[in-house]
Amino acid sequence: MKGIFKVTTKTIVAAGIGAALFALLFMYVKIPSWVPETSFQTAYGLSALIGTLFGPIAAGLAAFIGHAISDAVQYGSPWWSWVIASGVASFIYGFAFKRTKVEEGVFGIKDILTFNVIQIIGNVIAWIGVAPVLDILIYAEPVELVFTQGAVAALLNSISAGVIGTLLLIAYALTRTKKGSLSKEA
Amino acid sequence: MTVKMKLFSYNLMDTFIHHLSGLTKLICFLFLTFAVMYSYDIRVILAITAFSIFLLLKSKIKFRQIRTMVLYVLIFILTNAIISFFFSPEMGVEIYGTRHDICKLYGRFYLTQEQLFYSLTKMVKYASVVPLGMIFLLTTNPSEFASSLNRVGTPYKASYAVALTLRYFPDIQRDYRDISQAQQARGLDLSRKAKFISRVKNSLLIVIPLIFSSLDRIELISNAMDLRGFGKGKSRTWYTAKKFNRQDILALTVSALIFIGSICVSVFINHSRFYNPFI
Amino acid sequence: MDEQVIIEFSDFSFQYYSQAEPTLHEINLKIHRGEKVLIVGPSGSGKSTLGHCINGLIPFSYKGAITGSLTIKGEDTQKKDIYELSKWVGTVLQDSDGQFVGLTAGEDIAFALENDNIPPEVMHERVRKVAEMVEMHYLLTSSPFELSGGQKQRTSLAGVMVDDVDILLFDEPLANLDPATGKTAIEIIDDIHQNSGKTILIIEHRLEDVLHRHVDRILVMKDGRIIADRDAHTLVSSDILVETGIREPLYVTALKYAGVDVSPEISPGYITTLKAEVTQTALTEWQDKIQSPPAKPKKPIILSLEDVHFSYDGIHPILQDINFDIQEGEIVSLVGKNGAGKSTLSKLICGFEKLDRGIIRYYGEDIKDKTIKERAEIIGVVLQNPNQMISKSLIFDEIALGLRFRDVPEEEIQERVEKVLKVCGLSPFRSWPISALSYGQKKRVTIASILVLGPRILILDEPTAGQDFRHYTEIMEFLEAINQLGVTIILITHDMHLMLEYSPRAIVLAGGRIVGDTAASVVLTNDAIIEKANLKETSLFNLAQMSHIPDGTRFVQRFIDYDRSVRHQ
Repeated sequence: MKGIFKVTTKTIVAAGIGAALFALLFMYVKIPSWVPETSFQTAYGLSALIGTLFGPIAAGLAAFIGHAISDAVQYGSPWWSWVIASGVASFIYGFAFKRTKVEEGVFGIKDILTFNVIQIIGNVIAWIGVAPVLDILIYAEPVELVFTQGAVAALLNSISAGVIGTLLLIAYALTRTKKGSLSKEA
Repeated sequence: MTVKMKLFSYNLMDTFIHHLSGLTKLICFLFLTFAVMYSYDIRVILAITAFSIFLLLKSKIKFRQIRTMVLYVLIFILTNAIISFFFSPEMGVEIYGTRHDICKLYGRFYLTQEQLFYSLTKMVKYASVVPLGMIFLLTTNPSEFASSLNRVGTPYKASYAVALTLRYFPDIQRDYRDISQAQQARGLDLSRKAKFISRVKNSLLIVIPLIFSSLDRIELISNAMDLRGFGKGKSRTWYTAKKFNRQDILALTVSALIFIGSICVSVFINHSRFYNPFI
Repeated sequence: MDEQVIIEFSDFSFQYYSQAEPTLHEINLKIHRGEKVLIVGPSGSGKSTLGHCINGLIPFSYKGAITGSLTIKGEDTQKKDIYELSKWVGTVLQDSDGQFVGLTAGEDIAFALENDNIPPEVMHERVRKVAEMVEMHYLLTSSPFELSGGQKQRTSLAGVMVDDVDILLFDEPLANLDPATGKTAIEIIDDIHQNSGKTILIIEHRLEDVLHRHVDRILVMKDGRIIADRDAHTLVSSDILVETGIREPLYVTALKYAGVDVSPEISPGYITTLKAEVTQTALTEWQDKIQSPPAKPKKPIILSLEDVHFSYDGIHPILQDINFDIQEGEIVSLVGKNGAGKSTLSKLICGFEKLDRGIIRYYGEDIKDKTIKERAEIIGVVLQNPNQMISKSLIFDEIALGLRFRDVPEEEIQERVEKVLKVCGLSPFRSWPISALSYGQKKRVTIASILVLGPRILILDEPTAGQDFRHYTEIMEFLEAINQLGVTIILITHDMHLMLEYSPRAIVLAGGRIVGDTAASVVLTNDAIIEKANLKETSLFNLAQMSHIPDGTRFVQRFIDYDRSVRHQ
């Protein structure tokens, strides 16, 4: 595991700033989907980026805090089962930390595959496992309903984390280009 | 500035709820929400709801402060009731073990008293959490959030992440506004109905500068914190931590009793999380 | 070991792992207990790296190879961690928003104590005491949004002094402050030095502003080496400043223009110590010889604001009675302290916010019905931080973005972008990723991405913030070149040099009203305006007064005219 769970000050700051960004994106920057009353949340693209750059703890905390705050601001109280699921999904995205070459300025086909396999596993576990089970345990919601909702969420959030996350990571890799490795054109 | 610069519109007012320590309010909030989350007994839930609305009035929160939240919650509760009826119209029958049909709606969909009762209980249950959350959010000084979290057992580093979120959210919100205005000037049209791909592209035009300029900040802030000794100990103290006084003890006792009472009703009276009026 | 030496570098070199070359070369330096030392140098000279070595960020946060030794209080820093060092060295960073991590001033000051597990009661007492030292005790419950830049910086200072450190390290303390607040900051630092006897290190490239008060020594850094180590008088008398690209004090430039032999004998290090009686004759003769440039012919009015009023909430006015005309081809500075309404004014002009009352005209035509997007084609705005504007990875795409939004045909885009690239001197980099560019080049890219839409007016927010003299000059000369092509330029700034050197006219805002609209030389010599807008009078004016030159404002204007003619030769 090469120390991906190590907590430094940077991990905490990434979690705190990440959570502020997560809450903001979660409230303001979403793309409506074809399923009524749902949308693609760009916030999961962000937590995927945080996970890949700073690890599971930073991403898990960022999504958990960010989601809880945005629920609290909008509804007065967090919907705990989904807040926890957001945290779990993003925690698992963090397993991509140190598994890609994004910090060296490369995010190629192999890295894209690694990242996306991890984020899909994360979304499946969180939305088809954790969220519905918690919904049943905490809120005694109907089983069929919560698993259907979970499956839709897993799909939408995999697309959000996959598309937005991948594009963000490619853009990030490009910012890591070494100075001095380029020549001017006439 | 009318643009909301702080996350929660916390105002210090002279009510006993405002004077309670943040830690007390957090623990009471947890006790009471867990009580209603656990119980499916409409009598218990209604009692707690009545109590929390009483507190809401006592804490002098104005309706306009919570208007949007109330609206959101109403929409959410109604949608949830309707969707869950279409998914499991027999949920009530399954839970309560009896069947009192009211009428046939369509195909396999029958409206039953059990389903109505289940839906009603659930709606009240969800609604009851809201006044509690609002009291907690609108009467707690944000400075006390993190220390309270730490004192109920959250590791201090995770608690500090919450403090940082509250600290930097307004900065990031301001950046978001500046960036989105600058991009609109270049021609970005956010209202345009467009295809998925172009919507993704358009959102990236705001998200990328916002995220990347915030990433620059992470290094800076973590340096500043390292330079002042963050993370060197196994624990830390908090400048904003308040000592408990009599009122805190009273509030804690009352909410603990409500929590225990709610569990006892389920265990000893209902022998289930559900209150069953049908047998 | 010498008891008096508190910091000692011996043959110290440092190379970041990510860099091909060492950033510090064989530094040998002794700093004595209680000394006040200023470290100057252009960006990239290694001065910040030197600071990081002292406070322990190197090697704690930034990894690299160290050779030689650095001892603080006689102990080898390699054997200490950042937490132990932070008990000796308190660092005040340039970005007071980044350093201000608490939700209120009190919490922020207490931060280090919290990490030391000090009980809350003791903490409150110590915080109050140290807050009194920097006059922040009545603001302890204020959030950073309610505090000014200067108050945030004082909070940061209290936050490091709460630990009773031996050494205070200031990393570019003036970078984000307006002139008056910067002056106060230097006074506060000096008072602390006088009263506590702490060792003070100031890293800063704004030499003249730091020399508002006495410093014991000035170190000049260039390319990772200390190339000079002397007192203020000998330093400003030498050519080192000009050679290393550090701006010399303006009054020294004036003395040199007047042919005065600037040498340590006339104590030229500080304006207050200068022996003006020696220089008086030369200055008077010089100023009489300068020809004023011919008045520029009147041009049509491109932008006019009439009776503009604005508030966010309908209750607290942000801008009131704003009236001014700007002529085609002018360069105008918009100055005033933070919160005076400068940014709001630019948002109104661009249509981001709506006027409560009044009219904004472009060539006489009311533009209230133009959308944000349409206004962008006549008035472009450039944000202070280029990273907040850049959303593409390639320069070409970034500049083409606005045209693509407007569905301009691809061949025309090609042509227009090429043209702008050339104007902005970016052609050689056209296929580079933006991330490989320097700050100044990124700034050019953001300006190019606005210019490509063909605006006739450009509004820039602090275009040179945080830049050293060379980069400042580069950016401003680029803007002058753009102006020569006929683009009218409005600069939102509190950089007094920028006002004096590049904008003949300044509009001064205070409390949402215009308190001055006149020549920069008048603004910076007028006590009332200086006071209202948190400016500082220019040292040229002090020089004129000390030399008994009757019309100080005229002297400043003459200097500007002469300086401009020298630069344009």
